[in-house]
Amino acid sequence: MEPIAIISIFVLAVFVGFEVVSKVSSTLHTPLMSGANAIHGVILVGAIIVADHSRTNLELGLAVAAIILATINMVGGFVVTDRMLEMFKPKKGGENK
Amino acid sequence: MSHFLYSLIGLSAGVCFILALKGLSTPKTARRGNIIGAVGATIATVVVFFYAQEGESLPLNNLGWILGAIAVGVVIGVPAARKVQMTQMPQLVALFNGVGGGAAALVAIVEYLHLGDKANTAEVIATVFTVIVGCVSFSGSIITFLKLQELMTTRPVVFPGGRFVIAATLAATLGVAVWVVVALGTNPLLILAALSLLFGVLFVLPVGGADVPIVISLLNAFTGLTVAASGYVLDSTLLIIAGTLVGASGTILTRMMAEAMGRSLFGTLFGAFTAKPQEASGAADDRPVRSGSPDDVAILLNYARRVVIVPGFGLAVAQAQHTVRELADLLISKGIDVAYGIHPVAGRMPGHMNVLLAEANVPYDQLAEMEEVNPTFAQTDVAIVIGANDVVNPAAKTSPGAPIYGMPILEVANAANIIFLKRSMRPGFAGIENELLYDPKTMLLFGDAKASLTKVVSALKNL
Repeated sequence: MEPIAIISIFVLAVFVGFEVVSKVSSTLHTPLMSGANAIHGVILVGAIIVADHSRTNLELGLAVAAIILATINMVGGFVVTDRMLEMFKPKKGGENK
Repeated sequence: MSHFLYSLIGLSAGVCFILALKGLSTPKTARRGNIIGAVGATIATVVVFFYAQEGESLPLNNLGWILGAIAVGVVIGVPAARKVQMTQMPQLVALFNGVGGGAAALVAIVEYLHLGDKANTAEVIATVFTVIVGCVSFSGSIITFLKLQELMTTRPVVFPGGRFVIAATLAATLGVAVWVVVALGTNPLLILAALSLLFGVLFVLPVGGADVPIVISLLNAFTGLTVAASGYVLDSTLLIIAGTLVGASGTILTRMMAEAMGRSLFGTLFGAFTAKPQEASGAADDRPVRSGSPDDVAILLNYARRVVIVPGFGLAVAQAQHTVRELADLLISKGIDVAYGIHPVAGRMPGHMNVLLAEANVPYDQLAEMEEVNPTFAQTDVAIVIGANDVVNPAAKTSPGAPIYGMPILEVANAANIIFLKRSMRPGFAGIENELLYDPKTMLLFGDAKASLTKVVSALKNL
């Protein structure tokens, strides 16, 4: 890929990243951190690509370790964020004042 | 599958991640946002299996290993995420972040071994960056995990000459990084990884307990940037987008957290270089404190018009969320005005206490944020501080030497009466003595928060 294309993507993504979280209440800091954490678990894609490339046992071994770690990050991250957010769901019924 | 289609699908996953972060910023859409993120990640993962990378063919090589490793990851990750108690959430987030950083570093190393001499300088620099930051994120997160799990001391670990050791490690890491770029070779890269791991440990050790959440958030942003760098080496637009998003939003989030805690981000980051060994805090305090019985507390509460409950991590550890809600309901039924004063960093992480109370079905509108509740303490008859310490500690305002100095606090000192429910006189997570405990208008009720609250509730019922 053209270096300038990569730099453009990078710079634009930085601004999008700044913008989307600029007004989050402190209540949601923990779930947001956890959710962003799960998103970088997408390194799993990279781990699969290098496992596909691997020719030696050393490479494959490291790649397999990377896949395991990345999967834990991604799947665990989304599940734990969902558990947290489940508790924020609006409660209905007359019990609350 | 054509490269165009593959990239297009990757882009749609990237859009999912943007929508996910956007959704996570508002309570109403947060859960949906997280699910959109999960969908994006799933799409991204599935599509790699159907695209032949340059010079490769389908099906993927080592397909069995790949699927097996994913299965292992799911088997470890899902139960951990399902079973973890809400009180231990911060540790788990730290750990998940650490393994992500580790994965990024491993990916970079494997790709480096694979490319060998074919790697161009830009790729080598990106690899070096990923290995350093990924390893720092990995070992740093492990240390934060140990601190939060209280498997090691939560106080800043500072040793004489520590900052020189840290500076030397950093210099050595950067030196080796240059060596890798110039000389190329497997051994320098492995030395670089080892030094980076060491630096991660040294970097986090001097951070005090109260600053740990900021460090987790920062390492989270770091890991995002490593993913972006891997995306460059692997020629994957998706990884660049996703990694940069997390890096940028993580940086902003870190800054917001630091602001909520009244810390300068710079001070936290470079605490490692500026931390001085702390003087041992004064001789064991044997000043008198006023301790009371559950009945005393019940009487005080019964004649109050306004009560503010200040929950802290100790409440959650004692699993007393439900009991405290029972107490609040009882007081409300007596016509007493009740509010929960929630410090932004109550618990172990910003927003953690809201999660814990939500778990106990405490109605949302009773939770008052700090800015809201602070001006009302003057009209408050009783402030009950349950298992909290640092977030009400006036040292944050009065003693410039304290590790929490500058952190905004809940000003319970302005209330007419203060009740502390504590297990012991032991100081809080940040390890600082609290003057408020010796205040004449303070009453202490020692014991497990849940047992104490249960007694107060039954005493209150008998009045």
